[in-house]
Amino acid sequence: MDTTVEKTGTEGKTWGGGNRPLNASYGKLMMWFFIVSDALTFSGFIAAYGFSRFKFIDAWPIADEVFTHVPFLHGVPAPMYYVAFMTFILIFSSVTMVLAVDAGHKMQQKKVIWYMFFTIIGGAIFVGSQAWEWATFIKGDYGAVETKGGKILQFLDTDGKRVALAEFAEKIPTTRDIHLEQNGVWYEAEPTVTTYSFEEVKAGFLANDNLLVRTQYYNENGKPTVLTREESVAKIMNDGKLVVEGANLKHNEYGHPLFADFFFFITGFHGFHVLTGVLINIIIFFNVVIGTYERRGSYEMVEKVGLYWHFVDLVWVFVFTFFYLV
Amino acid sequence: MAHEHKLAIFRGTVKFKNNISKIWGVFVFLSIVTIIEVALGIIKPEFLTETRFLAMKLLNWVFIILTLVKAYYITWDFMHMRDEKSGLRRAVVWTGVFLICYLMLILLIEGDYIFEVYKNNYVKFDF
Repeated sequence: MDTTVEKTGTEGKTWGGGNRPLNASYGKLMMWFFIVSDALTFSGFIAAYGFSRFKFIDAWPIADEVFTHVPFLHGVPAPMYYVAFMTFILIFSSVTMVLAVDAGHKMQQKKVIWYMFFTIIGGAIFVGSQAWEWATFIKGDYGAVETKGGKILQFLDTDGKRVALAEFAEKIPTTRDIHLEQNGVWYEAEPTVTTYSFEEVKAGFLANDNLLVRTQYYNENGKPTVLTREESVAKIMNDGKLVVEGANLKHNEYGHPLFADFFFFITGFHGFHVLTGVLINIIIFFNVVIGTYERRGSYEMVEKVGLYWHFVDLVWVFVFTFFYLV
Repeated sequence: MAHEHKLAIFRGTVKFKNNISKIWGVFVFLSIVTIIEVALGIIKPEFLTETRFLAMKLLNWVFIILTLVKAYYITWDFMHMRDEKSGLRRAVVWTGVFLICYLMLILLIEGDYIFEVYKNNYVKFDF
């Protein structure tokens, strides 16, 4: 029988089989496989963002003017502070996670439970902040006019301060006929109605001589171009088409709609990762609480979910840079 | 690897007594880097925004380099890459870095090309 046994002549060598050449378990290696492929997915998104930004490099919204809100501080412009806070929350939950892994190596069940608990809390705060950030972005603050070509015109007073539509739009009484499903063969719900119609904004703009229009194109100083009063009036009269409040997938009062699309897509995809990370953490947390890993004699599962959690943090570091800083 | 950790960071200049103090040390370092990033993002020093290097503001280069530094420490110390075998390390890092650099290069060059076409050619875009 001995002659039928295959001998490769590589027994005992690193890649000869029957051992772990990379000194990592199957589960951990597979987690690394997943992380590499997921990292490529994210870099695809971020590279696509870079592509669109380079394509419209002279008319891209300035992140500092978009994300200026902090909860409970209404009307105080505070660019970056809230995102910086979110970054800290995520880094800190990464720290508690790695402390949980460390405690797991030492088989300290109590410590693992507490550290996992703090990690989950941190993740929940992050997802909540993300939701708040989305809500603020969707709501918008000043409002703008979109031209026939889909460009955004924002309003300033002569001191260069932004002016909200509500401050100057004139109320023109109109009666609207609402088209109902029962009245038509084909029924499509009407698009969202803005607080002010374009006619109202136009009338208000013409009535206020101190208002100017700012386009999304940068001047030679790298700041958005501000038109003179005559140019502004001509721009609104000839090109203005509709009122935009806040941002959605088609219109964005802060500038190019692609900015909003990428914002929703990339931070949404990342937020979804955080959400699943929290859910997986909760599952592992309960496994730790009921002593599954204590009986198994190894807390490697905590380490694997830890890898995923750190990866989510790693992605956020890049999203933070490319969406808010650069 | 499970129980041995390499405890020195910054190429061996800072050594920690145990793994827990190393984790806190890395956290402090990451926090400092983040604070520098946020401060630069708020202040935007003029000498960094005026100067350009390879078609990008110096400030943006600073942000990107600091981000890569942060990414290094998250991967090396939080994800324990420092304690893994060099084979695993290279399989993960080289693959990712090569593919991402390639993707960035072709997409950014293409984006810049399209920008030039809109700007200089007979495509009317501003109406």
